[in-house]
Amino acid sequence: MGLSGIEIFKKLPKKNCKECGVPTCLAFAMQLAQGKAELSLCPYVTDEVAAELSEASAPPIRTVTIGVGDNALKIGGETVMFRHDKTFENPVGFAILISDSMSEGEVDDKIKQFNETSFERVGLNLRPDLLALKSEANDTNKYASLVKKVAEQTEGNIILISESKEMMEAGLNCCKEKKPLLYAVTSNGGSDIAGLAKENGCPLAVKGANLEETAQITERLVKEGFKDLVIDSGARNIKQLLEDQIKIRRAALKGKYRPLGFPTITFPNEMTNDSMKEAMYAAIMVAKYAGIIVLSGFDAPRIFPLLVQRLNIYTDPQRPMVMEQKIYELNTPSKNSPVIVTTNFSLTYFIVSGEVEGSKVPTWLCIMDTEGLSTLTAWSAGKFVPDLIAAYIKKIGIADKVEHRKIIIPGYLAQIKGELEDELNNEWEVIVGPREAGDLPTFLQRIA
Amino acid sequence: MSLNIPLEKYTGSIRETIIGGSNKAVKIGGESVLAFHKFEGNIPNKPLVALGVCDIKPTDWAEAAIEPFKDCLDNPTAWAKKCVEEYGADVVCIELLGTDPNGENKGPEEAAEVVKGISENINVPLIIYGSGKSEKDTAVLKKVAEACQGKNVLIGASKEDNYRSVGAACLGYKHSVIAETPIDVNLAKQLNILLNNLGLPMENIVIDPSTGALGYGIEYTYSVIERDRLAALTQSDEKMQVPIICNLGKDSWKTKESKISQEEMPSYGDVKKRGIMWEAVGAMSLFVAGANVVVMRHPEAAKLVKTVIEELL
Repeated sequence: MGLSGIEIFKKLPKKNCKECGVPTCLAFAMQLAQGKAELSLCPYVTDEVAAELSEASAPPIRTVTIGVGDNALKIGGETVMFRHDKTFENPVGFAILISDSMSEGEVDDKIKQFNETSFERVGLNLRPDLLALKSEANDTNKYASLVKKVAEQTEGNIILISESKEMMEAGLNCCKEKKPLLYAVTSNGGSDIAGLAKENGCPLAVKGANLEETAQITERLVKEGFKDLVIDSGARNIKQLLEDQIKIRRAALKGKYRPLGFPTITFPNEMTNDSMKEAMYAAIMVAKYAGIIVLSGFDAPRIFPLLVQRLNIYTDPQRPMVMEQKIYELNTPSKNSPVIVTTNFSLTYFIVSGEVEGSKVPTWLCIMDTEGLSTLTAWSAGKFVPDLIAAYIKKIGIADKVEHRKIIIPGYLAQIKGELEDELNNEWEVIVGPREAGDLPTFLQRIA
Repeated sequence: MSLNIPLEKYTGSIRETIIGGSNKAVKIGGESVLAFHKFEGNIPNKPLVALGVCDIKPTDWAEAAIEPFKDCLDNPTAWAKKCVEEYGADVVCIELLGTDPNGENKGPEEAAEVVKGISENINVPLIIYGSGKSEKDTAVLKKVAEACQGKNVLIGASKEDNYRSVGAACLGYKHSVIAETPIDVNLAKQLNILLNNLGLPMENIVIDPSTGALGYGIEYTYSVIERDRLAALTQSDEKMQVPIICNLGKDSWKTKESKISQEEMPSYGDVKKRGIMWEAVGAMSLFVAGANVVVMRHPEAAKLVKTVIEELL
């Protein structure tokens, strides 16, 4: 993204032929500069200019796709160091390691962990992404049957791990159509594996002994025409690994240093035998820049917090997560249970529902669509105001669910009580709730 | 192309705050680089985990967080001693939940007694949080500050609506103060300036940016800490060059995810390990963003995080 739209425009044919799908060459140039169009759409650009522009207009960190179809995992493509500058683009992928030297039972257990790991949150399904299959038994049949089993029994994307061409080929033959990531080319080996990646159109991983060596290998591969690379700087202690991740992203974004402009793969599973510590390393990698994190297992107490952390870190900081507008039934409410109305900002929902559930008081929680704004902000933006709240109360049919006519509003909006009662034709009594969600349990226990 | 790693241009550093008076006093802050960026500058003091103690038996915690202290929940002094002697706490954080006007509404004298009892029986530095209800905290924290005279503790939280009295108490009895603002760089800066104008040296101010638990807004805290640190370190904003504290444990152990049993939610797995990981992953995220102190509840989660911090430095 080194060039501006105008600079790119100067190099285009300026025919305004529209064959690229955009009305003018200038408009096309602008899209190229923003990374929204591909130069290959222009039929008239010379090879010379194409080479020049693709070098200058390529994003600083390559987006690499592992797998095919809707399930494919995209990693890389990041453009910032800090999430407050612009959303982190492609969430880090979690992989579970399975080796062909594991017992049948162990393999089945890992596959089961992969398939069964799934958590619902804010209308999203939190899932891991990959299975990293390692050849250790030095037996092509064994490796092939492991890969075959995984390809058949899971929908996950695959990483094949071996330095031997025979093994890699045996594995690849069982999952070619899944476009797996091949790991890895090193400074003194793996050129056969690079060949396999090229033949089969698969992304390729590079492993160096350190950053310098990693960069040397990618530079060589890029010259040979490889584009979809994933890099492992070789660090296997957390201090060095964190340092490398920061340096890789800095070099790519700030230094425009091409040889490190690729997503990374990290191996907390190889860094400790303590499963809790492994999860800590993973947590650091979720925050600081890994493209893939390979773990030894997906037992729920470890992977669940990590999946939620990933969701949190990769959330768009400009656009809050929202909850679906509806009545949430907490602690199995009845016709006499209290009714609370609040906004659909996901944080408001989580905090309020958490406190209500903790209070054990059965409650109807009416979540109103305020475009993800929190109560005070929504009120001042005119999205959580008496006439709209009244219309919502009438529409969602809470009146059919309870016998009483009392509705609790957030404490910070005490001033709208009278007006809201008017808007509700004085059929409902509006009760001002506490200001802080933390005071809800006491409040509910008092009124229930 | 030769390998070229651009370094961050740091123009400022974080002031050092000392907590505690005895030979066990700790220093926080002092770094001149972003969190754990030791490869490009100095981090003289390691980030600290504080273990939390309450003045009353907590009612809304997950079972797993209560279990390690179940023999001493009625006795804050014994609880604090256990934190130090059995779990090796470098710092203890007393939370005066019992003073909450919507809860047990204990008086300032009673709270001060509890704090005094603890401070006389353990030798590690103390952090003290009130109930978070500003008006009540004004009275409570003043008594607490008086009771801790000479111990150089860290007291909070002072907020926009009570910073004058809380700040004055800290100034008068020579303590440091926690300045709490709702997840915003400018508000944090503003409150630091107001406290500084009262006469409190910047060395005695610590920012509390407001902390959400994992899954409950931690991303807001995470990003505001990163922005706070960038303002202090790369934009030379002097009024932001103070350490950051996050009170995570109290919210983490209230979450549904830390509490709900495996019987009710089989896919969530073992509840104890889950709660520990929930707190530890949250704390690690805050430290990576740049927090200098995180208050935690579970000794195992605290130990795990401390071990990894050692490895990172």
